[in-house]
Amino acid sequence: NSGVMSLLRPLLLDVVPTIQQTAALALGRLANYNDDLAEAVVKGDILPQLVCSLSEQNRFYKKAAAFVLRAVGKHSPQLAQAIVQCGALEMLVICLEDFDPGVKEAASWAIGYIARHNSELSQAVVDAGAVPLLVLCIQEPEIALKRIAASTLSDISKHSPELAQTVVDAGAIAHLAQMILNPDAKLKRQVLSALSQIAKHSVDLAELVVEAEIFPVVLTCLKDSDEYVKKNGATLIREIAKHTPELSQLIVNAGGVAAVIDCIGSCRGTVRLPGIMVLGYVAAHSENLSMAVIVSKGIPPLCACLIEEHEDHIKAAAAWALGQVGRHTPEHARAVAVANVLPTLLAMYVDTRSSEDLQMKASIFVTKKALKNILQKCTYLPALEPLLHDAPPNIMKHIIGQFSKVLPHDSKARRLFVTTGGLKKVQEIKAESGSLLQEYINTINNCYPEEIVR
Amino acid sequence: MAALARLQARLSGLREEYFRRNRSIDEDRKIEYKAAVKIQSWFRGCRVRAYLRYLTKMVIFIQKWWRGYRSRRYFRKMVETAYFIMKMNFYNEMAVRIQKRWRGYYVRKYIHNYYALKKYLEAISVNNDIVRNELQKYAEMKENEEKRKDLEKKDKEKRYQARKMHYLLSTEQIAGIYNSPFRKSPDPMELLLRKSKPLSHRRQQTKSPFAYELCDWPTCRRPPTFSTAQPLPPIGRQKPQGPFRDSAEVLRQRYKPLEPTLRVAASISSPLEKAREEMKREGWRNCIHDNEFLPFSSYHKNEKYDPSIHRSEKYGQETYGIKHFREVQPKKWVADKDFQTVLPSIVLFEKFGKTYSRTGQIV
Repeated sequence: NSGVMSLLRPLLLDVVPTIQQTAALALGRLANYNDDLAEAVVKGDILPQLVCSLSEQNRFYKKAAAFVLRAVGKHSPQLAQAIVQCGALEMLVICLEDFDPGVKEAASWAIGYIARHNSELSQAVVDAGAVPLLVLCIQEPEIALKRIAASTLSDISKHSPELAQTVVDAGAIAHLAQMILNPDAKLKRQVLSALSQIAKHSVDLAELVVEAEIFPVVLTCLKDSDEYVKKNGATLIREIAKHTPELSQLIVNAGGVAAVIDCIGSCRGTVRLPGIMVLGYVAAHSENLSMAVIVSKGIPPLCACLIEEHEDHIKAAAAWALGQVGRHTPEHARAVAVANVLPTLLAMYVDTRSSEDLQMKASIFVTKKALKNILQKCTYLPALEPLLHDAPPNIMKHIIGQFSKVLPHDSKARRLFVTTGGLKKVQEIKAESGSLLQEYINTINNCYPEEIVR
Repeated sequence: MAALARLQARLSGLREEYFRRNRSIDEDRKIEYKAAVKIQSWFRGCRVRAYLRYLTKMVIFIQKWWRGYRSRRYFRKMVETAYFIMKMNFYNEMAVRIQKRWRGYYVRKYIHNYYALKKYLEAISVNNDIVRNELQKYAEMKENEEKRKDLEKKDKEKRYQARKMHYLLSTEQIAGIYNSPFRKSPDPMELLLRKSKPLSHRRQQTKSPFAYELCDWPTCRRPPTFSTAQPLPPIGRQKPQGPFRDSAEVLRQRYKPLEPTLRVAASISSPLEKAREEMKREGWRNCIHDNEFLPFSSYHKNEKYDPSIHRSEKYGQETYGIKHFREVQPKKWVADKDFQTVLPSIVLFEKFGKTYSRTGQIV
C-alpha cells in the first residue's frame, strides 16, 4: 500500500547481487501472503525484469525468482496465465536444468503451482518442455526435490488423458513405481497421488501403471502409519479398479481386497472414502468378484462405516458399496442381510428423506437404489421382517413382493410369518386394488386358510 | 264233282265265313297288333334294361377299382407322412437329450463351474490371509524400526550429554551428584560418566555431515558407498628420520598402476596356437560324415539298383478298384433322373434300420 512495489523494483536491477536476491525474496514473501499483492506484483511489471536476466544469475537469485513466480502463480488461474505470458516458463525450464538441487526444487514448485489450475496452463507447461526434465528431477537423490517433482507431475497429469499420456511417454511411471518403496512418507503421498492421477483417465493408462508392477508393493502403503499415504494408496487402487473387470480381478488376485478392508477398519473419517469405493467398484463388475469381496470379510467394515461415520458422503458411499455387493444374486443379498445392515439402511433412507437439504438429494438417491437392489434379490426372510414395520410405501412394495415370492413354497417360513405378527402387519397395509402391492398381498393371503387371514 | 258241288254250296257260307273270319281276324288284328306291339316293346325294354344293368355293373366295377386305387395311394401317402413325422419326433427327442446333456456339461464346466468358483474363493481367502500376515509383519517391522531409531537417538543424546558433563564424575574425596553416599548403588548416569571419554573442544566444531550419513544408514536412504578409489597418502605426517625416500614418492611407486608390455598383455596362446585352434574348429564344422577314407567311385558299380514303386509297376490303370467295388459312371446313364415307377416304392421303408436318412425329400 505504501508504494513498496515501486521501491523494490529498481532494487532488482542493483549492481550488488545480494541486494537483488533480497529484493526478490521480499517480493516473493509479499506476493505469497495475499491475492491483491500478487496482482500488484504482476501489474507493476516486475515479472519481465525478473525473468529476463535469469539465465546469467547465480543460484540464489534463481531460487528467489522462482519463489516469486510460485507465490504469484498459486493464487488464481489469471495470475498464472500472466506469468506464462511474460515468458517465465522458459526460464523456469532453464532453471530445471541447473545443477543445484535447491534451484531445481524451487523451479519445479513454481511449475507445479502454475499447472495446478487448469488444463490450458498444464498444456503450456508441457509445451515448454518441462516434463522430461521433471522426470530427471525425480531420479535425483534429494528427497525434497523428488517430492516436489512428483507433486508437479501429479498436477500436470490430473487434467486430461493427453497430458497424462505425455507424462507417461517421458517414462515417468517406472521411476514413480520404484519410489513407492521409499520410506519417506510425504514422498510416498505425492508418488501415489501422481500414479492415481495418471491411472484415472483411461483403461490403457491404468494398465500401463499396473504393468509397472506396483502390486503387491502398493499394499504395504496401505499399512503405513501416515494417514494420507493410506488414503492416496487406496485412491490409486480405486482408480485402477474402476475401469474393467480384468483389472479388478487382478487386484483381487493380488490380495488387494484384504489389504483395503484392513485399511478401512483401521482409519476414521474421509481417509476411508477411497477404500470404500474400491470395494464398491470391485463388487460392481461381476458376481464372482462380489462374492470374493464377501469371502474376504468385506461386509462388516462397510456396516461399521455406515453406523459410525457422521459425514453424509461417506455414509452414501458405504450404502452404495453395500448395494453393489448385494445386488447380484440371492446369495449375495443374503450375505448382506445377515449382517443386519438393512434396518440401518432403511433408517438412513427415511432420515434423509425427511430432511430437505439439497446435498442430501444425492445420498437419498444412492441409498434408495442400494436398498432396492438388495431387496429385489433378498430371500432371507428373518432379515426382512423388521423392515415391515416402518418402511415407506415404495420400499414396502419390494418387501411384500419378496415375501410373496418365498412364502408359497416354504411352510416353516409361513408359520414363522404368522407367529411374528407379520401377517397382521400385512393386513394393515392399505393398497389400491389392481396395483402390484395388492397382488402381492393377495398372493400372501392365499397361502393361508381363511380363518387365520380374518 | 260232288266235292265241287259241296264246295259251291258251302261257298256262300264260305264267303260269309271267310268274310266273317276276316272281319273277326281284322277286328282281332288291332288287338293282336297292339298286343304284339306291347309285348315287343316290353321285351325291348327288358333287353335295354338288361343292357343298362350290365353297363351299370361294368361302370361300377371300373369305378370301384379306380377309387380303390386312388385311396390306396392316398393311404400310402398318409402312412408315409405319419412314419416320417414319427421318425422326426424320435430324432428330435434324441437330439434334445443329447443337447440337454451337452449344454449342462458345457455350462457347468466352462460358464459357471461351481467347484472351480469355490476353489477360487478359497484360494482368495488363503491369499488374503497370507497378505494380511505379511502386511502385519511389515507394520510390526516398521514399528520396531521406529522404536529402535528412537531408542538409539535417546541413547546417543545421553552419551553426548555424558561426554559433555564429564566433569561431574565423582572423585575419591568428593562424591559427584550422581553418586550420593546415601544411595545403595551409583546412578546409571554415574556409570555412564565413568565409561565416557571427555569431549574435547576441537571435536565439537566438526558438525554432522557424518551424523547425517549415520542416520541414513538404517533407513537406507543413501546406500553406503564403498570407495573403490585408491587410498590417498596421509597428509601432514612427520617425515621419518633417516635415509628414507620421500613418502610420497614411495607411495607413488607402490601404488603405480601396472603397465604391461604388449607381449604380456596379449593372450597366452600365441598366433600359431590360435591358428591351429581355428583350423580344428573349421574342420569340425565342415565335417559332413565320419567316414574319413571313402572308397573309390567304382565301389558302387556292383550294387543292384532298387527302383521306386512307381517305376517298378507296369503302366496303366489298376483293375483292382473297378471289379470289386461299386462304381458310379454317370456318363453311361440313359437319362438324368432315376426311373420312375407307377407307384413309387416307399424309400423310407427301404431305409428302415439304416443309419442315414434322406430327410426332406418325402414331405
